[in-house]
Amino acid sequence: MSNETSLKDALAYDKTFDCVQCGYCLPACPTYETMEKETHSPRGRINLIKMAAEGKASLDDLKEPIEKCLGCMACTTVCPTDVQYGDLLEAAKETLEKHETKTKTQQKTEGFLFGSFFPSSSWMNALGQATWLYQASGMQKAARALRLTSMAPLHLGEFEQVVPAQPSPKERKARSRRVKPDGTPAAKVAFFTGCVMDSVFFETNQNTVELLRLSGAEVILPENQTCCGALHAHAGKTDMAKEQAAANIQVFEEEDVDYIVNNAGGCGAKLIEYDRMFEEGTDWQERALAFTEKVKDISEVLVELDGLAFSKDVPKTITYQPSCHMTNVQRVTRPPRELMESIPGLTLKDMDNPGFCCGSAGIYNIVNYNDAMDILDVKMADVKKTSPEAIVTTNPGCLLQMKLGVQREGQGESVEAVHLVDLLMEAGPRSRN
Amino acid sequence: MQKWLEELLDVLPEKQIMTEAADRFSYSFDASFGEHLPEAVVQVKTTEETVHVMKTANAYGVPVTPRGQSTSLSGGPLPVKGGIVLDMVQWPEKIEVTPDDLIAVVSPSVLTADINKTVEPYGLMYPPDPSSAHVCTIGGNLAENSGGPRGLKYGVTKDYVIGLEVVTPEGEVMKTGGRTIKNVTGFDLTKLIIGSEGTLGVITEAVVKLVPKPPAVQTLMAVFDDVETAGQAISQTLTSGILPSKMEFVDQACLQAVEQYKPIGLPVEAAAVLIIELDGHPEAISIETKEVERIMQELGATDSQIPDTPEEAAEIWQARKLVSPAIATIKPTKVAEDATVPRSQIGPMMGRLRTIKEKYDVDLVVFGHAGDGNLHPDVMCDTRDQEEMERVERAVAEIFEAAIDLGGTLSGEHGIGTMKSAFMEQELGATGVDMMKRIKEAWDPNNILNPGKIFPEQGQTRLVLRDE
Repeated sequence: MSNETSLKDALAYDKTFDCVQCGYCLPACPTYETMEKETHSPRGRINLIKMAAEGKASLDDLKEPIEKCLGCMACTTVCPTDVQYGDLLEAAKETLEKHETKTKTQQKTEGFLFGSFFPSSSWMNALGQATWLYQASGMQKAARALRLTSMAPLHLGEFEQVVPAQPSPKERKARSRRVKPDGTPAAKVAFFTGCVMDSVFFETNQNTVELLRLSGAEVILPENQTCCGALHAHAGKTDMAKEQAAANIQVFEEEDVDYIVNNAGGCGAKLIEYDRMFEEGTDWQERALAFTEKVKDISEVLVELDGLAFSKDVPKTITYQPSCHMTNVQRVTRPPRELMESIPGLTLKDMDNPGFCCGSAGIYNIVNYNDAMDILDVKMADVKKTSPEAIVTTNPGCLLQMKLGVQREGQGESVEAVHLVDLLMEAGPRSRN
Repeated sequence: MQKWLEELLDVLPEKQIMTEAADRFSYSFDASFGEHLPEAVVQVKTTEETVHVMKTANAYGVPVTPRGQSTSLSGGPLPVKGGIVLDMVQWPEKIEVTPDDLIAVVSPSVLTADINKTVEPYGLMYPPDPSSAHVCTIGGNLAENSGGPRGLKYGVTKDYVIGLEVVTPEGEVMKTGGRTIKNVTGFDLTKLIIGSEGTLGVITEAVVKLVPKPPAVQTLMAVFDDVETAGQAISQTLTSGILPSKMEFVDQACLQAVEQYKPIGLPVEAAAVLIIELDGHPEAISIETKEVERIMQELGATDSQIPDTPEEAAEIWQARKLVSPAIATIKPTKVAEDATVPRSQIGPMMGRLRTIKEKYDVDLVVFGHAGDGNLHPDVMCDTRDQEEMERVERAVAEIFEAAIDLGGTLSGEHGIGTMKSAFMEQELGATGVDMMKRIKEAWDPNNILNPGKIFPEQGQTRLVLRDE
């Protein structure tokens, strides 16, 4: 009995009753479309969680459907009864993770990846630097010629091909941690740099700081910040995610800022939900709440500060792939569009169904490569219909995935994938004042 | 492996036959009550595949339950006898419009709303509009004869189907009707199959009739401080020479739930509101709008609102749309009913519902398509509370009785399925049910197609919503 009760608690059984099985989520779910069965739909997954909690289905039955969920949360925006799908998904992942027997090597690899690699800025810097060395030394060319990378496990080779050119270690080190605008600061903001953004897309992060500065903000980059914890939470490692959250809350408390800015839709979605990771009424929850109230996407802050003017035409046709986590969790939709509309000469052509996930979904495209590519193919078919010169995104995962999509379609020469921030830089931003 | 499964694999790709527990659980439910595990889920994409499945199932006596997106509120797609769930959703979507004939030929997997999207550029409309039109398949609508708000003026699914391709329970392919509006050749098997809830055949293609899309619409909302007056206003409008496209009713409990769920400034003090939509030529509806407003005021409506812009109109309809999610916050389980009465009996039916609500102490709210007498009395409850569910069962039984008493019917648009089969004889009489059974037996001699639906099982005399 107690086992049954604890499994029900662990799987958030009570929350499954919010689902009335109306099926409104079905047309919104990317995996229901590409995997072609209800088992891989939100309604199917919620039902399986309920069945597992009641002991009718086994946790083993639950495993694949949960692992194959992108976590894009598109279902939550169409759900008429406001089912807390995110909570159910994380509870299921955590339960599966705890019940899983893993090999020693698996444990070691995961321990390193989630315990040291993503949270560590020095590791992430090293990744960025290694990437730079690899590209600058000509090794990349040689490796590509020998097709070495295509033999790497997890298809990392395909991702490797689309990683942007890296700045030298010197440039990385030279970055200042506190940047002041020309006049009196209009706001004081702290920049959450993100792991992948700060290593692979270092240049975009630099541009983010510059845009904030031009908008009149004083920008601080707290040194001891760590991974947001999203990847841990997605993998069911809730305790570790909580540790990251606590560490970040502490670091960002040290400076009295108006906003905590990020430029990664996925990170922002985790940051904005920190308060939900701690128990109601605790001191930590209160501190988390103070943190989340300041969390904003770069686009929101740029629109709010309204301090930019653009000096250059960008005569391009672009299409916009919004980040699912930014749209469905942060519910930020207007600001990126407003910014794009303000760029002179730019033509924005919307694709069909922009809300359909691109298949990146954290590290989903690495662990579920084939499924992610099926989803990407659907996305690219919609992209192609708009014949864009660039695909604009607001999250590193989506950005890499779109670069991969362009590559797979053989359009690497004619179509680029860019972060919104970099697109804004192309337009020659100046201070309005 | 079962012999019949092996035979299915002779013709169907392996990917289209699922027997894993996770898959079977995922096709075990609909939007009503209960779960029933099938032995296999089989997806068909062509008529040939469907024929093979039916021939095999018929030979081995394996039950087959056809299924669309499973939004059913009456248990239609539940595999209550196990066997095969026949998933029609992966069938390639086809909508072939012939504008000059005002028809479209559609495959069963097409989403209902997509038919409208496809025919609109031709200035045409497919009127049936169940509220799940953006999710449900036309195949499911055909099987259940679905309705919707526009039923008032335009009728329901069966009024728009003029031809079908059907695979019979014995695996033969049959065409009914055709592409003409008029057709009296032989029995009207088209109409027999529409609404037969998947018990007589698997629909693999349909010819649907289209109408010219009205050039303009106008919404109007009237507020009443007693329910009977709202009922009168409906009859009065409909006998004044005006036929609105929709006349929706929302009671006070629903208004309050919506306002609590998402404050949009609804008149929560009102006993009920009517939301009316007129469609047609802009000049005609401008005159009709004034006339309807006059009728409402003469009968004692406390207020009426006529939105100036489509956006304002959308806001009013939003209130109606929000009823479902809003009432779900009262309690998690919804027993959604669709008892329907002659239009003159809406007032008396509202009175009966109020008595039932008090007698059984249940959270009963009422909204729906009042213009055609099709009310939605929904009982909000919690399946985990066995004592409450027992009261709900009795309350729902009495709702059915009240509808039949007043000259109405058990179900206006949701279907009988498993939910209402126990009450069939009350409405149809023993002979009526017997004649239906004889038709079923003649069509499906081995009783393999969606068994356990429409007709009560031995000893099934009442509604059961609990695990017993």
